[in-house]
Amino acid sequence: MKNWNLQLKIGVFILAIFLIFGVILPLFYTGNPIEWGKFPKNLKPSSAHIFGTTNLGQDTFWVLLKSIQNSFFIGLLVAFFATLIGVLLGMLSGFRGGILDRVITLIMDTFIVIPSLPILILLAGLLKGRASVLSISLVLIIFNWPWPARQVRAMALTLRERDFIDTALFSGESTFKIITREIFPFVTSWSLANFINTILVAIRTESGLAVIGMSSNEQATLGTMIYWAIQHQAMMAGRWWWIGSPVVAITLIFISLFLILSGSQQYSALRRGK
Amino acid sequence: MKGMLHVQFLKFFLSRLAVFIMVVFIGVTTVFFIPRLMPSNPVEGMVSQLQANSSLMDPAAVAKLREVLTQNFGLNGTLFEQYFGFIKRVVFTQDFGPSLSMYPTPVSKLIGTALPWSLGLLLTTTLLAWLIGNAIGLLAGFRKDKTYSRILEGIAITLYPIPYYIFALVLVIFFAYILPVFPLTTIVVGKGLSLQHIVSIIYNSFLPAISMILIGTGWWVLSMKAITTGIAEEDYVVFARLKGLSERKIMTKYVLRNATLPQVTMLSLQLGTIFSGAIVTEILFSYPGVGTLIYNAILQSDYNLILGTITVSILAVSTATFLIDLLYPFLDPRIRYK
Repeated sequence: MKNWNLQLKIGVFILAIFLIFGVILPLFYTGNPIEWGKFPKNLKPSSAHIFGTTNLGQDTFWVLLKSIQNSFFIGLLVAFFATLIGVLLGMLSGFRGGILDRVITLIMDTFIVIPSLPILILLAGLLKGRASVLSISLVLIIFNWPWPARQVRAMALTLRERDFIDTALFSGESTFKIITREIFPFVTSWSLANFINTILVAIRTESGLAVIGMSSNEQATLGTMIYWAIQHQAMMAGRWWWIGSPVVAITLIFISLFLILSGSQQYSALRRGK
Repeated sequence: MKGMLHVQFLKFFLSRLAVFIMVVFIGVTTVFFIPRLMPSNPVEGMVSQLQANSSLMDPAAVAKLREVLTQNFGLNGTLFEQYFGFIKRVVFTQDFGPSLSMYPTPVSKLIGTALPWSLGLLLTTTLLAWLIGNAIGLLAGFRKDKTYSRILEGIAITLYPIPYYIFALVLVIFFAYILPVFPLTTIVVGKGLSLQHIVSIIYNSFLPAISMILIGTGWWVLSMKAITTGIAEEDYVVFARLKGLSERKIMTKYVLRNATLPQVTMLSLQLGTIFSGAIVTEILFSYPGVGTLIYNAILQSDYNLILGTITVSILAVSTATFLIDLLYPFLDPRIRYK
């Protein structure tokens, strides 16, 4: 904690609050928070319902917590698999070179350029807002692995020229072992940064789709919460707690993730003695 | 030497071209196959929708309707024939058939009306965000110990991670509901090149444009600052300073030129993301561009319009990326094609 800079501290602090609220607190709630008509509609914030109730008769506070939980779930799932696939393919591509490298490079350049949102909207639109959280995550993984792959490939290209790789090669190590034992340690800190960034990107893309009703409308995520609030004219009617709480939550989550990202880069630069 | 350069340029050009063709190919193929892999049949969907609206329909008319719709959707023949028919239409004629929700207006005409709005918004905001962001980033990176640099960076860090649509929503809440200064939907008055028309377009595009510029700027400030900080420590900058060049000259002639190059590459990589943000922003503001068209097409299950708008957006973004990539070697005096 001694060398932590201000950005890292603020970021971790805000994120920790959201993780406690979004991941741990919902475990103590029995029942389904997104069920309609459980409470009187449109109650103002009070001690019984700290964020009031929605036009659909849900307790806004518990819907918000459930939404944060699901959004984090999507973010973590996509970030884990996209980073894993990307880093492995990037290392393989950079280390092996040749035809394999060209093919992988072509595929990842293609996926980076292709605008993913129209394709996601097409998929989601045909499913009419009934896509499952898992299928949305799967599509997001397909569109997010090429970014780390591209970066890690560039790093693997320079590592390949180092002596210790030659030593490993001449002592008959397998490609898989060289990649995981010799190259991976050099890209771990970068992979971690990419992991955090992908959480941000995944939550952002899913909620972007959800805000326009193209995600899974029956599931609670931060985006679908905003969607329902807009659909039921929460703004016009001045029900700011319904539309405001997910907007503030999503903004704070993104800022905290980004602060951790840029703070950790400064932190590791400091540790390298720069 | 000159011959070498040509060969290098050709290699660079061909590798970019290969990516471009792959993008178009994968994009168009995905757009073709996704609807066909769906469990719902668009023709039956349309037929049942029409039957629900008018209770009495002659079976012969229904059969005829089915035939016409199958023809319209390009669903005749084997999957193979359909696929090549689709590619042919996309690449050569850009004919996506008539729109079904606004029958019989052709899809290409609807896209033609929406495209200038989208392009206008995207080009202006991307360019402005790029220029403003890089200028601020240059200043903040070159004079990183000044207080204003820290403040500017702080603002950029806060703005960058917020998605366009969240920012757009906040702007809508403030300037269209609480303080009704700007319109919620687009109503354009005037025609042609009249002042009234131009003012009306700017007035209607203002909120979506502001949200896209502010968020876009954050990213460019951060990346430019990182690049500039690195360059400012290079030996040739130290040498220029020892030579007694003015700080202003060092910043514009030495640092700016070298820092701009990676930012051009970055722009071509970010274009898809910016476009995705624009789609959602357009929908939230009911801005009359391609994004809103895609949205309405999906809401009304207008199959031809969905295929048309999505194919055109993929083509537009990949072509723009390709062109920016080609620009790069002409900007770099050291000529490094890679």
